[in-house]
Amino acid sequence: MTADRKSAEAGHSGKDVRSDLHVAIEPRDSGGIELGLESRVGPYYGEAILTQARHVLETLGVKNAKVSIHDEGALPYVIAARIETAVRRAGLANSHKALPEKIAPPAPSAIDRLRRSRLYLPGTEPKYAINAGLHGPDAIILDLEDSVHPAEKDAARTLVRNTLRAVSFGACERMVRINQLPLGLEDLAEIIPEAPDVVLIPKVEHPGQVTQVDNMIAELKVRHQINRPIWLMPILESGQGIESAAPIAAATENVVALTIGLEDYTADLGVVKTAEGRESQYGRTRLVNAARAAGVQAIDSVYSDVGDMEGLKQWAEAARALGFEGMGCIHPAQIPVIHAAFAPSAAEIEKAQRIVSAFEDAQQRGVAVVSLGSKMIDPPVVQRALKLVARAKSMGLA
Amino acid sequence: MTERVELAHNAAQRRVPTMVNGKPQIPYLGVGKYQPRGRKQAPPVRSSKDYPENGDKRLPDLETALRKCGLRDGMVISNHHHLRDGDRVALMMLEAAAKMGVKDLLWFPSASFPSQKDAIGLMEKGVIHHIEGSMNGPLGDYCTQGKMRGMGVLRSHGGRWQAIQDGEVHIDIAVIAAPTADAFGNADGSHGKSACGSLGFALADSTYADHVIVVTDNLVPFPCVPWQIQGNNVDYVVEVDCIGDPAKIVSGTTQITRSPDRLRIAEFVARFLRDAGIMKNGFSFQAGAGGIALAFVDYLRRMMKEDGVKARFVRGGSTKYLVDLLREGLTDYILDGQTFDLDGVKSIANDLRHVATSPFTSYNYHSKGNFASMVDAVVLGATEVDVHFNANVVTHSDGRLLHGIGGWQNCLFSGCSILGLPSFRDRIPVIVDEVTTLTGPGEMIDVVVTERGIAINPLRKDLLDAVKGSKLPIRPIQDIKTEVEQICGGRPARPKLGDRPVAVVKWVDGTVLDTVWQVG
Repeated sequence: MTADRKSAEAGHSGKDVRSDLHVAIEPRDSGGIELGLESRVGPYYGEAILTQARHVLETLGVKNAKVSIHDEGALPYVIAARIETAVRRAGLANSHKALPEKIAPPAPSAIDRLRRSRLYLPGTEPKYAINAGLHGPDAIILDLEDSVHPAEKDAARTLVRNTLRAVSFGACERMVRINQLPLGLEDLAEIIPEAPDVVLIPKVEHPGQVTQVDNMIAELKVRHQINRPIWLMPILESGQGIESAAPIAAATENVVALTIGLEDYTADLGVVKTAEGRESQYGRTRLVNAARAAGVQAIDSVYSDVGDMEGLKQWAEAARALGFEGMGCIHPAQIPVIHAAFAPSAAEIEKAQRIVSAFEDAQQRGVAVVSLGSKMIDPPVVQRALKLVARAKSMGLA
Repeated sequence: MTERVELAHNAAQRRVPTMVNGKPQIPYLGVGKYQPRGRKQAPPVRSSKDYPENGDKRLPDLETALRKCGLRDGMVISNHHHLRDGDRVALMMLEAAAKMGVKDLLWFPSASFPSQKDAIGLMEKGVIHHIEGSMNGPLGDYCTQGKMRGMGVLRSHGGRWQAIQDGEVHIDIAVIAAPTADAFGNADGSHGKSACGSLGFALADSTYADHVIVVTDNLVPFPCVPWQIQGNNVDYVVEVDCIGDPAKIVSGTTQITRSPDRLRIAEFVARFLRDAGIMKNGFSFQAGAGGIALAFVDYLRRMMKEDGVKARFVRGGSTKYLVDLLREGLTDYILDGQTFDLDGVKSIANDLRHVATSPFTSYNYHSKGNFASMVDAVVLGATEVDVHFNANVVTHSDGRLLHGIGGWQNCLFSGCSILGLPSFRDRIPVIVDEVTTLTGPGEMIDVVVTERGIAINPLRKDLLDAVKGSKLPIRPIQDIKTEVEQICGGRPARPKLGDRPVAVVKWVDGTVLDTVWQVG
């Protein structure tokens, strides 16, 4: 046995674990594969799991090893990811990947699509991902950063890669939050071939970090023949990040939104994060202003008390009033509250519709000036009304 | 069991035994096809001259009471399960019988619970011959592994009343745990340190058994009011320190699930009732105490308030959530079969609009109608459902006994029977080609609600029409099944079941609907 080969494990099992599995692998010099399986779903999928495990080991070039699997009802794409992680940790893997069957990807995501809500999904917790799309957020975020323990970064990366390939999130935009650079660059190599729609870059402080990510994505897109946009959303989480908001927003044309991470931002300021958020008012308004200047969306942080729907509603309504177009969520129950808060009111929609029909009327008559009753309507007002009506339509409100 | 079991195909094309525990059986004939004849059973006539004029029927202990009731080998002895997993009286009774050296008893509880697993030892010793009543946990495994000497018989709450009333099961001695009682034997479940609410499951036992013993840990001077059990049916009263563990009898406040998938199912169910026009003034519904059912009540409550709709009555298993409806004036009555939490117990004790019911009024099919068919909609669970809407509630899909039938079968007679289920659990699809154990015929099940969409039984064209144009995700059941099988990596293998029957599932009319086969 060579020195870099060692026993290794990956994944989780136990009474309270769902939809995951634990894989333990002991490299051997001869004797082929000895495969052991205990599974909560043994009578139904035991044979299927054994067949899949053999196939994955063969793909990864594992010839001799003892492999013990303790399965808690994991789906096939999770099984593949956990075995691959264990094999890599054991130093047994060749250069192949054990990729699950790829489902049809959703339509490419538009640069200015609705981004009212984005649901965070921890990158190492398979049980939250499979039904996340059903709850109807505008986006899901597969998180490789703060929700993942440093020792599990490799496992999360492989699982997120497989999730992007195998799980349908319906009409949701598929986002991935990579790690802070330089670790985030390793994340890109694994996930960009699966074409997420948006990459969130944490703790950005200067535009160079954004261009570094953008360049690497461009390179990987060419190498893996990906012909759909992969947008960027820098997260500003420090005083320095907020001060550089404008150049960061304009760093590349692939930036679609700026967002703020309030936990880290308030920690950087040395202030206490409060429910009213007065301490971050300046940073948040400055971010909105910089985003508007660059023509990108401003997206707010998350509201972390999942039991307080009234507090969430107030926060989200205040955020919309500041100019934010959406925020993050950490529980599906927050989604409808956020969507309602970021929806334009009936009166706003009605007024915009009147302006739009006046505009259409003027165009038909070949008149340059749009007027409503005795009032002349300025072109930016018309533009805003057109945008609001389009938004309202996509939310099913007009 | 050494005898060879003859099997016949019933009207649901399931193989069922023609003899169970030495008694000939009628295979299921179809819904409403079996016509019962004859007269109801009755206990022996008694005379007041044989009972104390001062009404004091107390005896020092349960063993003495059992002896005076003439307990002997092979008798049928019964208990109710209102104290649920906290019950101490059933084991007290069985252990007293063991001490007396009695053998081969048929234990006939309205349901058994995991805390009564010591009954296994008493079966090994020959004290108990077999159990007829729901079995789960260790007792369920003992039965499905084929270790019980007789066959298990699973009945619905209504079916248990029917079996007693029709003489299929003759109870020799009923031992009734009573949270409050007087020395005459009047008993009530809604007061006392071991309060459990209704005592409805014990009513048939008290009416039809040859002998009735009331066991209480809260003896009050005559009269015990209200008397859910009438002392006129009672032979003896035994006072003990403790009939049960209050913490396991009722839960504190039942918590609504936080699972987003389950909440989604619950919301779909509530929206279905609203959009199909079932939720209207004067309507009625029943919901159990499962996670989805509780959450459903909360969603429906909000919709009823929004639309200004009030129910005439709701049926429980009562919990805080039904009690809230009553307090907020959203229903005129709660008709309560069993009481699950402290709010329910307090309410039934203090509010005349919260009424205890029995399986006779609620569920018994062999009677002049019952409440179940008058309920507009019921929300139930299941372990499996097939593409023809046949459902299983008693076994896990590997064939092991998992739940009793409870009121589940009886509730299927409501105007709209809804199953709220996750589309898969731990990778195991819930919608299958064929259910492991048929518990409810598909023609009785109208709607299956999953987190991936709502399937309406094609037999219910009226419901399909009623929700046309709504925003509900209505899909063919086959569609949901196909999607879930793709997610789960193909159809599951079918576990191998043995060919020896270990229990039967009765339909509400006493005919045999399906067989539980030996596993492992």
